[in-house]
Amino acid sequence: MSTEAATLGPARIALVGNPNSGKTALFNALTGSRQKVANYAGVTVERKEGALTTAGGRTLRILDLPGTYSLRARSPDEVVTRDAILGRLAGEPAPDVLVCVADATNLRLVLRLVLELKQVGRPFVLALNMYDIAQRQGLRIDLERLGAEIGAPIVTTVATRKRGLDDLIAQAEALTISHAGEHASTWREPNAAEIRAAHAEAQRIFRACVKPPERPDTITGKIDDVLLNPAAGLLILATLLFVMFQAVFTWATPAMDLIDGGFAALAGWVGAHLPEGLLGSFIADGLIAGVGSVLVFLPQILILFFFILLLEDSGYMARAAFLMDKIMGGAGLHGRAFIPLLSSFACAIPGIMSTRVIDNRHDRLTTILVAPLMTCSARIPVYTLIIGAFIPQTTVWGFLSLQGLVMFGLYASGIVSALLVSFVIRKVFWRGTVEPFMMELPTYRWPEPRNVLLNLWTRAKIFITRAGRIILPLMVLIWVLATFPYPPEGATGPAIDYSFAGILGGWIEPLLRPIGFNWQMSIALIPGMAAREVAVATLGTVYAVSDPDGATTALSTVLSSQWSLASALSFLAWYVFAPQCAPTLGVVKRETNSWLWPTVMFVYMVALAYLAAFATYHTAVALGAG
Amino acid sequence: MSDALAFDSSTDLASLGRSLGEASRGDAGVIVSVTGQTGAAEAVEADELERRLLEMGFVEGAHVEVLHEGLFGRDPIAVRLDDTRVALRRREASAVTVKFDRTPT
Repeated sequence: MSTEAATLGPARIALVGNPNSGKTALFNALTGSRQKVANYAGVTVERKEGALTTAGGRTLRILDLPGTYSLRARSPDEVVTRDAILGRLAGEPAPDVLVCVADATNLRLVLRLVLELKQVGRPFVLALNMYDIAQRQGLRIDLERLGAEIGAPIVTTVATRKRGLDDLIAQAEALTISHAGEHASTWREPNAAEIRAAHAEAQRIFRACVKPPERPDTITGKIDDVLLNPAAGLLILATLLFVMFQAVFTWATPAMDLIDGGFAALAGWVGAHLPEGLLGSFIADGLIAGVGSVLVFLPQILILFFFILLLEDSGYMARAAFLMDKIMGGAGLHGRAFIPLLSSFACAIPGIMSTRVIDNRHDRLTTILVAPLMTCSARIPVYTLIIGAFIPQTTVWGFLSLQGLVMFGLYASGIVSALLVSFVIRKVFWRGTVEPFMMELPTYRWPEPRNVLLNLWTRAKIFITRAGRIILPLMVLIWVLATFPYPPEGATGPAIDYSFAGILGGWIEPLLRPIGFNWQMSIALIPGMAAREVAVATLGTVYAVSDPDGATTALSTVLSSQWSLASALSFLAWYVFAPQCAPTLGVVKRETNSWLWPTVMFVYMVALAYLAAFATYHTAVALGAG
Repeated sequence: MSDALAFDSSTDLASLGRSLGEASRGDAGVIVSVTGQTGAAEAVEADELERRLLEMGFVEGAHVEVLHEGLFGRDPIAVRLDDTRVALRRREASAVTVKFDRTPT
């Protein structure tokens, strides 16, 4: 047998099951770190594949399909599941064996899915996962009878303890050889009457094979009484979100500073050891700075996803969506959009990456489009510089700092405009496409550390390999624009004035004059595309503020003497809206798999920024601040 | 439907069943009918909504109990549905008719 198995080619096994069945935990337990994550062609659904070697030396390729309640696909994820099972995906034959993963304590709904799988005609195994919990509850399942009823082998597994895996692998491998149960697919999309009939049949099997638990889970109900209490629940959620936001914001800072400093030091070292010139500048300021600008987002992404994975694995995420649905729904957003939007206060990039928790495409795109309007941490250096230079340190009404008030106003305009924009998108462009909100509230569970770490590792890998591939070239492009051509012999101004960035700044300056921008401000916008805070450094360069340490103080003195208050306020208004961040656009491209949405985002945000700056400038001038 | 009901006496009304969309916390009963009709404009067609409800387990004969209500407009609601828990908006819940027990448990 073993030599025979080893000579057979690799077999393809697909995992399918309801959401919350522990399917991904089983996938992680089976394949460990032997996983590859990519996208299915043309869609943004993740394709997770792993491999394992059987005792007989045969390779099994395991595909983790998105969770679903039926093969009737309703979201892009479910379309992938259906097409993968039916062998309709381009370049992917139907899997040799299906493993239907079921939560042993919650069999009712999955039995109907099993009946659908039976029609597909692929050999399949039913894995009763979380079997330890079922036993602890005193739930008795007649495995022999159940196997006879569904006509497939049954194995019991505990993915988190790696129990039952060998049995599962052996059963699946045996099916690849025996082809038991294989026939041509008779599956077609069921109508309501057929779903009712399948339900009745599933119910009959359930009653025949499953004795209700002697000690049913009561903890989930008790926890829900607190967490879903209308007032206390929202308060607890707010506290949780506050802690999360604080963590993303503050815990990440030391790591980000370390990465920033490390790459700056590396660039400095390389610059010092390479002969001065193009190559040195390219490696130091282009490549190393570019790689650094990708990696600098990693701490925030890891911390945010750590929290998200805990919330999802514990079962709280669905509760949070329940609590937030009404509030988000008022602006046309899905209940699940609150985490991406909240994270965007730290940085829009992890925020946009986390929109994966939203199933519906329009809901997800709306959230992605408004996420950069939330005031991210990279705007703070710009806001601080301008506010420090132009807003007097006075108090209003005796206790409020005027500077703080302006800062608050900038944050508030970001939030209000995000809600307004999403409202407009959902009422004007995607009218009437409010998806039904209906989701299972899973039983609470302790998150499994190994599982959380593996999923976190996957996230980090995706960001570095996929988003990095888009962000890095954009950063190099910005370096090229800011470096070439060189200033002519005997030039007196800073080098950037003579570069493409300088030339572009000169070109767009007439366009920006109506909103009160001078040419220095216009130039700062081009390298400022690398990241919002880079504009501060560029302003330092164009105003030839040489002392790098005292730069901000020195710069703010220069600015307050060179800009009018109206121009400064206009610059702030611009920064509330403008898409001054190439990495964000890169991530949107990666997440939507198309250049259309980054383009839409760029255009609408520039338009809003221009309008806001125009209105601010002219109002300020009319009030005598010109 | 409402015209037909208007002829019935009030005692019969109680036994006929009410929409899950109007139920309050603690109301419990057995589902008597599932349609896709919510009386409001939906993104998905009635037939699609009906199938989604069925696939979630909202099927005639299933036991349902309202466990929790949202803070604003008591919407959405969380229900126990046989042995699972499901959250849904009242809008979609109004497609489900339930014969409630007279005394909520």
